[in-house]
Amino acid sequence: MLLEIDGLNIAFPTRRGIVNAAKSVSLSVRAGEVLGLVGESGAGKSTIGNAIIDLLEAPGRVTAGSIRFMGEELRTMDADQMRDVRGKRIGMIFQDPQTSLNPLMTIGAQLVETIEKSTKLRGRGAYDHAVALLEQVGITEAVARLRAYPHQFSGGMRQRVVIALALAGDPDLIIADEPTTALDVSIQAQILDLIKSLCRERNLGVIIVTHDIGVIANIADRVAVMYNGEIVETGDVAQVLGAPKHVYTQSLIAAVPRADTKLDRFTSVDYIEGNTASFRRIDIQNHWLGKSQRHDHTGDAIEVSNLNLSFVLQKAMLKRNRRMLKAVSDVNFTVQKGETFGLVGESGSGKSTVARLIAGLYKPDSGQVHVFGKDINQNRKAPESRAARQALQMIFQDPYSSLNARMRVLDIVAEPIRFYRLTDSEQETRTIVGDLLEHVGLGAAAALKYPHEFSGGQRQRISIARALASRPRILICDEPTSALDVSVQATILNLLKDLQQELGLTMLFISHDLPVIRQMCDRVAIMRHGEICEVAEIDAFFEAPQHSYSKHLLDLMPDMNLLTAPTSKV
Amino acid sequence: MISFIAKRLAQSLLVMAIVSAVSFSLFNFVGDPVNNMVGQDATREQRLEIRDKLGLDDPIITQYSRFVGNMLKAEFGLSYRIKRPVDDLIAERLPATLELVFVSAVISLFFGIILGIYTGIKRNSWISRVILSTSLAGVSLPTFVIGIGLIYLFAVHLRWLPSSGRSGVVALGWWKTSLITLEGWRSIILPAITLSLFQLTLILRLVRAEMMEVMRTDFIKFARARGLSERAINFRHALRNTLVPVITIIGLNIGGLVAFSVVTETVFQWPGTGLMFIQAVNFVDVPIMAAYLVFVALLFVIINLIVDILYFVVDPRIRLGG
Amino acid sequence: MDKIDDKPLTRWQRFKDNDIVWSFLSSPGAMIAAVVASVMILACIFAPVIAPFDPFDPAQISLWDGKLPPSWVEGGQSKYLLGTDNQGRDMFSTILYGGRLSILVGLAAVCLGMVLGVTLGVIAGYVGGVTDAVIMRLADVQLTIPGILLAILINGVGRAALPYELRDEFAIYVVILAIGLTDWPQFARVARGATLVETNKEYVQAARIIGLPSLLIMSRHIMPNTLRPILVIATIGLALAIISEATLSFLGQGIPPTTPSLGTLIRVGNDYLFSGLWWITLFPAVALIVLVFSVNLLGDWLRDALNPKLR
Repeated sequence: MLLEIDGLNIAFPTRRGIVNAAKSVSLSVRAGEVLGLVGESGAGKSTIGNAIIDLLEAPGRVTAGSIRFMGEELRTMDADQMRDVRGKRIGMIFQDPQTSLNPLMTIGAQLVETIEKSTKLRGRGAYDHAVALLEQVGITEAVARLRAYPHQFSGGMRQRVVIALALAGDPDLIIADEPTTALDVSIQAQILDLIKSLCRERNLGVIIVTHDIGVIANIADRVAVMYNGEIVETGDVAQVLGAPKHVYTQSLIAAVPRADTKLDRFTSVDYIEGNTASFRRIDIQNHWLGKSQRHDHTGDAIEVSNLNLSFVLQKAMLKRNRRMLKAVSDVNFTVQKGETFGLVGESGSGKSTVARLIAGLYKPDSGQVHVFGKDINQNRKAPESRAARQALQMIFQDPYSSLNARMRVLDIVAEPIRFYRLTDSEQETRTIVGDLLEHVGLGAAAALKYPHEFSGGQRQRISIARALASRPRILICDEPTSALDVSVQATILNLLKDLQQELGLTMLFISHDLPVIRQMCDRVAIMRHGEICEVAEIDAFFEAPQHSYSKHLLDLMPDMNLLTAPTSKV
Repeated sequence: MISFIAKRLAQSLLVMAIVSAVSFSLFNFVGDPVNNMVGQDATREQRLEIRDKLGLDDPIITQYSRFVGNMLKAEFGLSYRIKRPVDDLIAERLPATLELVFVSAVISLFFGIILGIYTGIKRNSWISRVILSTSLAGVSLPTFVIGIGLIYLFAVHLRWLPSSGRSGVVALGWWKTSLITLEGWRSIILPAITLSLFQLTLILRLVRAEMMEVMRTDFIKFARARGLSERAINFRHALRNTLVPVITIIGLNIGGLVAFSVVTETVFQWPGTGLMFIQAVNFVDVPIMAAYLVFVALLFVIINLIVDILYFVVDPRIRLGG
Repeated sequence: MDKIDDKPLTRWQRFKDNDIVWSFLSSPGAMIAAVVASVMILACIFAPVIAPFDPFDPAQISLWDGKLPPSWVEGGQSKYLLGTDNQGRDMFSTILYGGRLSILVGLAAVCLGMVLGVTLGVIAGYVGGVTDAVIMRLADVQLTIPGILLAILINGVGRAALPYELRDEFAIYVVILAIGLTDWPQFARVARGATLVETNKEYVQAARIIGLPSLLIMSRHIMPNTLRPILVIATIGLALAIISEATLSFLGQGIPPTTPSLGTLIRVGNDYLFSGLWWITLFPAVALIVLVFSVNLLGDWLRDALNPKLR
């Protein structure tokens, strides 16, 4: 065994008592093997990686257990011995390549420094080794790139540099903490392949810490599933993903969206939600919410024609010196009433910009946005334009910044009702806010609290209630679940589906996650570099994509076959 | 590089244009310039003659452009009170102020940065705690109180150093320095310490805060995870990243020193431009006020330009584009 | 998953649970500073009630009692606890009245600078474009000239603009104006920075999609969220404003020497320092330092407590 952890306890004393981030955790890694450590946020998976190389953030500390690395106990080592282990025998890769490198030092200087510290190579020898390392992690023109600074590399390239740095001391074990979370899917696959092949070539032990079952399915040989500080299940990847034994693993895997078939609803995850009280759902047809919109909305819900928008990247007095980014380029599509239309693309593809153009947050350079036949950018003060805007509401990605922290939930949700005077009295407003909160599964008591008292998923429910308070006909969902854990994602997506059916909403659903798109959407548009590549019916798209980029995206999707039928793939 | 500096130069010109407009309007709006020049009992003819000579009946734009033209030649006219050309007065007193500011800058930067790094690295040692509490006291002590305290202790009580004035002055060409004689150093040391203390504590606290900020970044954590020594982490990785924001402060610091030299020079009766400025304000001696304003703004613009260029050298993200 | 309690917390529970309150209660330095600062500020504000003498009432001042040392020093009188100044005014009472003036000037100046700076800063940050460029360029230009110089200048010009006989009467307002006007760029910068951060947050976009007018978004959503950094600047700004007033008065530029403020007292005392009358300088100076130090200590603690990264 390369690494053996036995009965590890990690405690974080806080003013509200001691939080045990890890509770008698035991796991082991062999040389030449990738161990996936999977869990949702707050499960304590990252603290284990940090505890191994004694880099726990204060005030966290290991309170019990042993960490044996190649037969040596790491816990009893002093600071100097530990420093020798780090880099030289255990390498570490962190999540965000944007911040992992010193911005003021060249890549070469950082590599040479690390090589000289942890090997016998000096000067020229260290430099040559740095070149060889960069080539190994797949960076071309390594000699020239050594003179570059981190900001001159793209995110994926930076992560390769980070990996080269982790390999510089020729370690036996690599701990990778969410190594691909900050990267786009296409880059993600490359980095995972690189880690996997390095593991095989160098006979390294690798621990991958991740929340992403897809990553596990792609790269891990064995899996340890963490929940609430404990390892609930360990085993071969095919067994754990294909035939999970523990209830938590079962419900976690059930919540992972599938790309192969469309289901009516996501499997609800009872184990994780705990014993949530069931909330009264309101009778929509006879409720204030159901009597929405006296206006007759006719025509297509959203019609986008020849939409263009550029951002100025670098200001300059002369027009020709300005650097512009074409964020949206000649985009056309139509969303029919009552359908869910998906907008897919990688980061920087312009999909969120399109959403904001439709919501009227940005003004297009040229082109029109029609909502129920009304041009939203023409005569913005007119009552019809106001009605069109009111008919359209948005749910955002980040549940932590989409609610005003200084307002009570009541005031947040009631704001559109009060502003548009949609009720006759304050009493009625309060009743309706209570009803809305019940309906989204929070309970009326939530009204008197502040946002910080809620978890990410609960905040997203508040966001949904706020959007409903305008009695919208169209809901734009901009990556509504990408900041949430997979189990919470399932419940939020179910809620959105229910609301759409009950209220007959039209939805524009923006996501980078193809399986989610498949579950949620009727039709889909694929975006890249501000342009639309393909618009297709959802099943047609997944079964017979037309555009080459669509095929590429579908190829990159993590292989989830393990999840249904255990096969002997490895 | 060229466009970067050109942009900064344009900004500096804007600053100078606004400052010159302010000092120009001092002439026009503070008191009656003719009264100021000839006194209350001049005859009507004398007044008209001076009005004409000064061109006070010209359109305001003409007057302003004439003012700027004179400003470029460093001419601000005669002091109302002393009746001597203002540029001569300033040139005469400039060495005293610049030497005082220079000595104070060296003291505050040297000790401020060293102590800041120390307290940033050894965050929890008791020495750091003592330095930090003392520094907060330093921020709370008004410059003039420090001056009075030092005078009382070293000049009145212990009688080690002179209580005021600038002595031991030696002429090096037109520059009169007090930095090459013992007597000169004895007279400059108290005002220099007085002037530097406030800035020293500011720099100390800023360097420490920046150091701690950098220590929390991911790249420091990654450097630790690669097993680099504490020394390499503190000095090669953390310190350079700390220095980038500190450079800005050096600019502001020297500005602050020039500003508070007014106070220090008053307390120590140090014959510099600051003391002259305060006396000018007391007597509403507009030419000196206006000239001093332009002079200070120019000094600042130059310092800021140097700071910008330093930035450029230190930070590859600005140098090489993102 | 967090469980949802049925009962919302009471205001008191919320208050006790607040991180800032907790940080305050576990930081003895901050608590002592708060006590010292509030005792001093209250004592000064209620000076007419507390002070044994009224330094403005000629009937209570006797030149015969001038230059008396503190009561515990030989030659001191027990009715003048901290001695008397050159005009025979009781030092203790004079310091209370002087501190009152210094604190009022400081508070008023900070309020002026804050209102001006925050308004301009939030507008600049939210509206952007030319408005932003003009406001912030103005702030930049003003920051090029150090505050105390500008205050001296504004004060000098302000006094020169007033008719001679009104100068002393309006001196206080001129000083407030001078310090307040030099203060605003700091507030504007911080407010603009915070506004930019908040404007990009999704709750502001949500408010815009609801269709709220800009004025409402700025006042109801953005301003309350920029308050924390502003509060820190305001606390430290109060300390600086008190120092500025003292410095101006010491230079003979601020409050007329006949009116007691901490600065004018030290200025007057400085003239007698060499003749051994140390108490006329020392006590006002100590009062000034203790006051400014405790306000600074509070500001320092507040900055750390409000910075989530440090927690």
